[in-house]
Amino acid sequence: MTAPADAPAAPRAHRPPPATLLYVNVVVVATCGLVYELLAATLGSYLLGDSVLQFSLVIGLYLSAMGVGAWASRHIEGNLARRFIDVELAVALVGGLSAPILFLAFAEVQRFQVVLLGFVFVIGSLVGLELPLLMRILQRDVAFKDLVSRVLSLDYAGALLASVLFPLLFVPELGLLRTSLVIGLVNALVALWGTWLLADQLGRTTVIRVQAAVVIALLGAGLVFSSRLTTWSEDRIYADEIVHAQTTRFQRIVVTTGKSGFQLFLNGNLQFASADEYRYHEALVHPAMVAAAEAGRPPRRVLILGGGDGLAAREVLAHPSVEAVTLVDLDPAMTGLSRRFAPLAELNRHAFDDPRLTVVNDDAFVWMSDAPAGWDVAIVDFPDPNGFALGKLYTRHFYQLLAARLAPDGAIAVQATSPLFARRSFWCIVRTMRAAGLTVAPYHVAVPSFGVWGFALARRAAFPPPTEPPAVPRRFLDREAMAAMFRFPADMAEVETEINRLDNQMLVRYYDAEWRRWQ
Amino acid sequence: MTPSRRDLVAWLLGAPLAVACRGRGRPPTPDGELLTPGKAAGHRLRDAGRGGAPPDVRIPDDRWRRTEVVVVGGGVAGLGAAWRLLRQGVRDLIVLELDDVAGGTAQAGASAVTAYPWGAHYVVTPMRHQVAMRALLAEVGALDGEDAGGEPVAAEAARVREPEERLFHLGRWYEGGYLHAGASADDHAQLARFTAEMDRWAGWRDGAGRRAFALPAAAGSDDATVTALDRESFATWLDRHGFTSSRLRWLCDYACRDDYGLLAADTSAWAGVAYFAARVAHPGAEHQPVVTWPDGNGRLVAHLAGALGDRLRLGHAVADVRPAAGPRAHPAGDGGDGGVEVVALGPDGPVGVRARRAIIAAPLFVARHVVAPVRAGARALPVIDRGAWAVANLHLDERLRTRPGDAPVAWDNILHDSPSLGYVVATHQGGRDHGPTVLTWYYPFTGDAATARRELDGASRADWAEVALADLGRAHPDLRARCRRVDVAYWGHAMARPRVGAVFDPALAAARAPLGPIHWAGSELSGLALFEEALDHGVRAADEVVAALAGGAVPP
Repeated sequence: MTAPADAPAAPRAHRPPPATLLYVNVVVVATCGLVYELLAATLGSYLLGDSVLQFSLVIGLYLSAMGVGAWASRHIEGNLARRFIDVELAVALVGGLSAPILFLAFAEVQRFQVVLLGFVFVIGSLVGLELPLLMRILQRDVAFKDLVSRVLSLDYAGALLASVLFPLLFVPELGLLRTSLVIGLVNALVALWGTWLLADQLGRTTVIRVQAAVVIALLGAGLVFSSRLTTWSEDRIYADEIVHAQTTRFQRIVVTTGKSGFQLFLNGNLQFASADEYRYHEALVHPAMVAAAEAGRPPRRVLILGGGDGLAAREVLAHPSVEAVTLVDLDPAMTGLSRRFAPLAELNRHAFDDPRLTVVNDDAFVWMSDAPAGWDVAIVDFPDPNGFALGKLYTRHFYQLLAARLAPDGAIAVQATSPLFARRSFWCIVRTMRAAGLTVAPYHVAVPSFGVWGFALARRAAFPPPTEPPAVPRRFLDREAMAAMFRFPADMAEVETEINRLDNQMLVRYYDAEWRRWQ
Repeated sequence: MTPSRRDLVAWLLGAPLAVACRGRGRPPTPDGELLTPGKAAGHRLRDAGRGGAPPDVRIPDDRWRRTEVVVVGGGVAGLGAAWRLLRQGVRDLIVLELDDVAGGTAQAGASAVTAYPWGAHYVVTPMRHQVAMRALLAEVGALDGEDAGGEPVAAEAARVREPEERLFHLGRWYEGGYLHAGASADDHAQLARFTAEMDRWAGWRDGAGRRAFALPAAAGSDDATVTALDRESFATWLDRHGFTSSRLRWLCDYACRDDYGLLAADTSAWAGVAYFAARVAHPGAEHQPVVTWPDGNGRLVAHLAGALGDRLRLGHAVADVRPAAGPRAHPAGDGGDGGVEVVALGPDGPVGVRARRAIIAAPLFVARHVVAPVRAGARALPVIDRGAWAVANLHLDERLRTRPGDAPVAWDNILHDSPSLGYVVATHQGGRDHGPTVLTWYYPFTGDAATARRELDGASRADWAEVALADLGRAHPDLRARCRRVDVAYWGHAMARPRVGAVFDPALAAARAPLGPIHWAGSELSGLALFEEALDHGVRAADEVVAALAGGAVPP
């Protein structure tokens, strides 16, 4: 390249670009590079767990990829300023879109770790190219020892800046997705700025400025849609289309719809599928209603604990003897959704508009301490005991409180997780109810969405398991099903367990150990 | 403000946190109030009495009350003494309490959300020999009968709910109160050997069949093998036994800070071993289950105080306790002495109480000024080292975030690298796991008590709030955003500390004996400050009084 030197009196003679401004470039490049690295490591540890492994792999691979980039930089010739801007734009695009793409990929791709590390390698290599190129550009105007000392020190300072800003500012203020896109934008804007700083070395700048504008527009659009992007990535995690999603004070509620009907998820755990929930709810409600009726009189006052979807309430309200139902559910957003959200309200046959139903939004554990007594039937339909806040609702103390508030001939039915997948957990619930002074008849049914599901029917006095289904509309529960469900085959037979107490929370530990095997 | 806020944070939490405390644009400190229980009235009284004499108070004749027994001090010892007297049929009694609330360091507060402790916040399930504790816990419904061996069983709802403890270390919360993560084989071996050593002490019995270490301490052995431990520090004892694991030493230091407000290096080895061994029924048994309530031991205080009705007089600063003589003496003064007169400054002016017997359930440093025979030199009271504590109640509008992989929030949440004890969640025991809550943060000042009182008395409520926020903010970046209010209690003379030689100090034993019609209660008579000790001394003093009133000999 001799043209510029030979060109006489060219309107743009070689003027050294302002070195200080190029050094600002170094800091920005270094900061952005480290942020991409931290983003990938954080995402990996969020989605895959084992943060030590993820951070080690990402940092190591990133540094070695930078080495690869630095080594490869020797093969880059021609217009260095142009190549430098190209690389910056590539870093901006790949790095900026890395977090959103990885979020989406997690739901789509089998080998997510490979994709993650692939991104890390590409970004690392590109960042590794940047500094050698920039140093070669500056080399024309700055002595080598000054150049090395300034560029490297600023590079390390940029790394410090990134490692402080990332945890303290970017993640808390922007979140991972938007941090990724914003840093990409900063990268692209610096590249655009560079087209002016290095204008005299670039020749025609129109094309490259248009390229920069396209990258900025892409990242900007990503930023605008980033809130929707979160839902997209959630969309990918769920099998069917998400028709409703909301984060309440207590949980994340997601409703999905597919060919077979719709499903409700709380914190990612399936609560019911409309296709087969009738099996679950008929089995949960009717045996207790029949047991109470056989012991004394047809039940009039019914308590439902949990069951904010209103489906247990639907079965209860089908019994004409029922005069009053109190439903205690933690989350007003859940019971509100069950009343208002059309598909759900139709499924629960508008139970929440029934004048016999009263809703109490409180923690059932706290409510129970001062609860009124005299319930003919209590239906206990809490989510599975996957944490201590739920585990307390399966303790001997809780069942003692509940038993004390039952009418003398009253009956209780408890959803008790799967006796097949979580056999020890199931029998722990049954044995804990016995330890609370109840007579318990455990039973199970098949619910295709869940697998084999378990329940516990209980009364204070001894009683024979009910055999006669109630005279209400049913799709599943008949004499044969009633007879079969109280028999436990060998692979679900009773096992020794501890009693679940508030001060040991054994059930949470059993449950955690058992479900981990199936995930 | 004597020390600057940053100096205070640096002093209490270390320099790195003080650096984080500076800078403009920081959010303002949340509102709140400062409690200094008993301080103003106590110091006014101290300063009013000149030259060792009590303030000269004239009490009109119509402001004298007569009663059988007057109890000076409405902390746990005083309330426990009154509770015992009522149960023994002595119904004519008055309790005079300096503060506007009863309970001393076991008092509690309440918001619209929950009750919360201001100090002592748990007891352990009593063993069979703890008759008074068993009776008291049974009255509040915290016991659920006995097991097959006759040992009391705590009610499920009264026992601390699982998870009981978690520990914050290097950015993560771990389950439990001992840092297992990263522990070496030697750490675990030392822990096992330490547990075996504590088990050995739990099974040790002296010639009279007494445990080496018991709650209350008076039920334990005074065999020389046991008392020898009081002559060295816990740290020295650990060194001598080859317990060098830094994790184990941390646990021992934490135990001493938690129960005594001291470091292991300053704690009597007797007290250090007792912390572990007195709460294990027999070798191999678990630690006796912790019993607690949202308001901590305030629940027991409320029960004790509730039984007293208007016999409990709050806001009464006792200025003088003197043997009665002459025409003002109690008409039924029992053989040889004429009863006692108590002069107090009440909310409506001075009042006098004439009683046949008095129980001093106030700290000895107060008794030294107030009890006339002590002022006159009839008895030299031992000087008890009492530590200073700060307690902050942080009112949150929503729960703090727990990151994936962290141990879930527990009742007791400990920061491994903090001189504070961490925090207790007031709503934990009530079972409410969502929404607003109150965190109770404890800071024992383990250094020299006089220095602490001199330096810390200048700290404002906002200073303490910032210390608490800086300390807990390490583990909870969202704390400040969630925190709506920080109330602080500063306890300048919080509780007796069992330094080397303090527990078996002969002067302490002598201080328990009655002085004419004046009897002595107070947890510090054991050399350490636990609810169980305070109740024990209250009950003992009450029993002495009952025997004396019945004309029997006062037990020696």
